[in-house]
Amino acid sequence: MAVRVQSEAFDLGVETARLTKGRHDVGAVASFVGIARENNPDEGAEPVIAMTLEHYPGMTERQLEAIEAEARERWPLLDCLIVHRYGRFEPGDPIVLVMTLSSHRQAAFDACQFLMDWLKTKAPFWKQEETASGQRWVAARKSDDAAAKKWSKPA
Amino acid sequence: MKILYFAWLRTEIGMAEETASPPETVTTAGALIDWLAALSPRHGTAFEKRNSIRVAIDQEFAETDSVITGANEVAFFPPVTGG
Repeated sequence: MAVRVQSEAFDLGVETARLTKGRHDVGAVASFVGIARENNPDEGAEPVIAMTLEHYPGMTERQLEAIEAEARERWPLLDCLIVHRYGRFEPGDPIVLVMTLSSHRQAAFDACQFLMDWLKTKAPFWKQEETASGQRWVAARKSDDAAAKKWSKPA
Repeated sequence: MKILYFAWLRTEIGMAEETASPPETVTTAGALIDWLAALSPRHGTAFEKRNSIRVAIDQEFAETDSVITGANEVAFFPPVTGG
């Protein structure tokens, strides 16, 4: 299990080296880094100066661990890492890292995408954006729900 | 029981958490919302947007008809926006 919720920055290269070090069975590493950006396409042209992420300590870790366990059950992963930051970020700052390791690329790609889609709808984080006209809470996006639903197992 | 608020529920109600002792007749998350909404005008205003409020009971996502009896911690928040 490798889930971290932290305010500190992370380094993709360091994390990749740490997870692959000494292993000869890893054939594929897929990673996703989510970055704070200036423009919110849902909200017109006003640039985002910064955003603050708050979360639900305790529940966040539980949810991320549950999501990770689900990914490990569905794909033959050799290892997996989720790092999600909280605090105040400016455009360009990395916010979330998901990394998956497997023997072959397909499991790594699919599990990485699954983890991102699921944490978007299941991890208790909330974003507040700062613009020149003030602060506003970011609304949940229907497209995120749709992205997560496509991974639902058939009943 | 401990009640937690996040995001705009926290800012509208003006606190991150409080301890509440609802009567035994309040058995579901939905009934708890009605009871909390009557505590103060700020609670009332925040809980008006009921369709935009999600609930977790003891750190697990729940529904408004979920039972809260015996719960230690109930949290209210808007739909999540992480990632």
